[in-house]
Amino acid sequence: MAIDTKPSPVTSSIQGDNTSSLRRIANYFYQHPNYALLALLLPILLWLGVVYVGSLLALITQSFYSLDQFTGLISREFTLETYAQLFTIANIEIFTRTTVMAAVVTVTCAVVAFPLGYFMGRFAGPRQKGILYLMVLLPLWSSYIVRVYSWKLILAQEGMFNWLVTQLQLNGLLDMVLSIPVIGGPSLSISFIGTWIVFVYIWLPYMILPIQAAVERVPSSLLQASADLGAKPGTTFRKVILPMVFPGMVAGSIFTFSLTLGDYIIPGVIGNSRYFIGQAVYAHQGTAGNIPLAAAMTVVPIVIMIVYLLIARRLGAFDAL
Amino acid sequence: MRSKSFGQDAGIGLKIATGLVLLFLHFPVWVIFLYAFTTEEASFRFPPPGLTTQWIGVTLQREDFWEAFSLSLRTASVATLSAIVLGTLASMALARTNFFGREPISLMIILPIALPGIVTGIALRSAISLMGIDFSYWTIVLGHATFTVVIVYNNVVARLRRTSHSLTEASMDLGASPFQTFRYIILPRISTAILAGAMLAFALSFDEVIVTTFTAGQQQTLPIWIFSQLTRPRDRPVTNVAAMFVMIATFVPIVIAYYATRETDES
Amino acid sequence: MSSSTPDREVAIRLHRLSRHFGDVKAVDDITLDICDGEFFTLLGPSGSGKTTCLRLVAGFEQPTSGHIELFGEHVESTPPYERNVNTVFQDYALFPHMTVEENIAYGLMIKKVPKNERKRRAQEMLDLVQLPNVGNRRPNQLSGGQKQRIALARALVMEPRVLLLDEPLGALDLKLRQQMQVELKSIQQNIGITFIFVTHDQEEALTMSDRIAVFNAGKIEQVGTPTEVYEHPKTKFVAGFVGTTNILDTQIAQPITGQSTPIAIRPEKIVMESVESPVPEDRYFADGSINEILYLGVNTRYKIALESGGEIVLLRQNMVEATEQTQQQLGQRVRLLWRKDHTLHLSS
Repeated sequence: MAIDTKPSPVTSSIQGDNTSSLRRIANYFYQHPNYALLALLLPILLWLGVVYVGSLLALITQSFYSLDQFTGLISREFTLETYAQLFTIANIEIFTRTTVMAAVVTVTCAVVAFPLGYFMGRFAGPRQKGILYLMVLLPLWSSYIVRVYSWKLILAQEGMFNWLVTQLQLNGLLDMVLSIPVIGGPSLSISFIGTWIVFVYIWLPYMILPIQAAVERVPSSLLQASADLGAKPGTTFRKVILPMVFPGMVAGSIFTFSLTLGDYIIPGVIGNSRYFIGQAVYAHQGTAGNIPLAAAMTVVPIVIMIVYLLIARRLGAFDAL
Repeated sequence: MRSKSFGQDAGIGLKIATGLVLLFLHFPVWVIFLYAFTTEEASFRFPPPGLTTQWIGVTLQREDFWEAFSLSLRTASVATLSAIVLGTLASMALARTNFFGREPISLMIILPIALPGIVTGIALRSAISLMGIDFSYWTIVLGHATFTVVIVYNNVVARLRRTSHSLTEASMDLGASPFQTFRYIILPRISTAILAGAMLAFALSFDEVIVTTFTAGQQQTLPIWIFSQLTRPRDRPVTNVAAMFVMIATFVPIVIAYYATRETDES
Repeated sequence: MSSSTPDREVAIRLHRLSRHFGDVKAVDDITLDICDGEFFTLLGPSGSGKTTCLRLVAGFEQPTSGHIELFGEHVESTPPYERNVNTVFQDYALFPHMTVEENIAYGLMIKKVPKNERKRRAQEMLDLVQLPNVGNRRPNQLSGGQKQRIALARALVMEPRVLLLDEPLGALDLKLRQQMQVELKSIQQNIGITFIFVTHDQEEALTMSDRIAVFNAGKIEQVGTPTEVYEHPKTKFVAGFVGTTNILDTQIAQPITGQSTPIAIRPEKIVMESVESPVPEDRYFADGSINEILYLGVNTRYKIALESGGEIVLLRQNMVEATEQTQQQLGQRVRLLWRKDHTLHLSS
């Protein structure tokens, strides 16, 4: 069967004048891919580059200014005075408090998240995995403020938690725990223990997913080889699985640590009135108008996170993200 | 890793632990739903003395609730729209070509969500006041439009990277210009990724409170409204109902996003 | 290097075409004429530049220097969607979200061909590639061989003047590949358009092509018909790449031929006789002992260690049953004979 042998044109500019200008533009961009790239990137560069990064730079610049105590106005002269204020005892306490809480929350999250992540990565069938995944996604994406608020309900004096404790007759135990200095308090919702519980609850999904992903990446051939060489399940777990999942835990810890460092709402809702970094920053930039100090204080968690990220990268977390 | 091939099933201990963790993840939300129906007005008494649906009616008649709800809806919609446009354009630029400045740009896109909310909030707030702009609906949208972009971007770029480049070439080979190729070949491929990203961006924006506190003027989005209610004991039942509404409102887009990504993964 | 049959129109002319990627010269100063209606193959190992060459013709790569002419028209700055050439891709590149029929009709849709005619022509193509009933299926429901035919149909329906095929048979299993080779050749001859075919499989090239261009490291080492390229390779590379061959260095070849050049001799051209057999005038000979015997069904392969050094492989067709062959034994001394005019003297 021969196709109609009338020779068709070698190059074609497709019909219609209304498309030809569009074609001309298309041809131009095809010939000059760099301009096409620029056109695609221009909106985002203008938006995030100018607006967002610009604001960040403005903020950092502000940290080198200072607040004149008398006039209450910001003096725009370069000075390290504001940074010097970071080293007062009160501020150092704030930084320590926040960092310690972040560390404790991170470790707790790792421990609590592990069973679920491990189960999902290793034992869940495809359908189970889908459902479980959705069940982890839902809290992750649903309202932060509502979920924090829910703990106010739960931990209230007359609330669910205390009711449960009374039913189980564990009041004595609870009082003992609450009387621990520093982290205890008059009630759970006014103590660091309470803050800790809420932080763990809120950030838990951020730890579950990387753990699950890391567990999935352990090839079953490795486990079979380990058993083949005579290792009992416990040993295989400790020596093969755990080390391979560890980078995933570090990856998740980036989120839990960073989010705790910067949060100002949870300590305010559930906790005693001692400040965390976020609350201090919020207070300074608020009525006090001390933007330079607020900016300087903001730099602290950024620096901490940069160090943390460098360590995390060394531990292999970035490959596990 | 599949348990069947290894001949091992999860021990009963692991299953119980898994169940407990799931319970821990979810029960606080059920608590909210429960308290939305309690007859108790002033405190968080457990167990609730009785159940009633009256608070739902009360809340629906509260003007401040509706104002807050509609503000959240509007800001989330506009923020999502801008996220779709900016995120999709950026992902098309960054998905394949390895050009100078590619890494810094992807870092810049992630930054609003990687940095603590308080940093973004303060930075924008001081910049806005420096420029002498009033805090308004638009400044809220401005703030939201920074961290929502990355959500759409991530979804679309992941899909683009999984799309074979030869499809684009085949389309052009058959006579379609780059614009036509985008319309007939690329867009259908990324449509569910855009949808998933948009849904997640919407949920995130609807619920966001930290950056919003800094970039809003007198307006209150729904999460801010709830936050302000936390210190007002007499409005507790209304707050509970509002909290329940927020949970439902964010539940729907999340589920849509989930199914949108799953469908195309299987095809 | 180029050769063309002067009585046919030149479909594609590459003139001093180069494509550099930084320091890498993927295509290095190539000049080639391909005639209208030819089945022309670009043959070479991976990285030799044959695929880049094809992509330059298609328009997916821009030349660093040089010209591409399509029936006399310069197209090096024309985008691919405006060149009337079509490509069959190595991974088929069928659009997954469209049905088979929509895939085939895609190019027609872009050209604004009315719907009825699109359907008709798509169905015609499906008949041509012998898959008349799959129009409503999706690409992921097709087998590899079927996808390959649909990709072909999608390109042919556009009635291009040149069809480019980028290793289209690579993913198919042997039987299917051989079947498709025959089919492709017959389609090309029936339709009469120019096919430019890229492959690394020299057997495939020899089977299907009217002419072959052998690529190596961005340059073309030889252009010719399959017989020319196989029987009269011009360089050591071509001799070694197209078919298997024995290459003997000057040192070993000199006592045999009396000339100081390395030689190449094809395994199937060598005859094995007993030692002390007479040597006719027009033959060269070499003595050695059998190192290895490999039974390959169709033929048997012998490796002979030459007394003068070096090793020769020869193939002997199993015209009679194996029992007679087993008379040959390892270590047995033999005399190898081949025609002088089958000997290829190489330059390097």
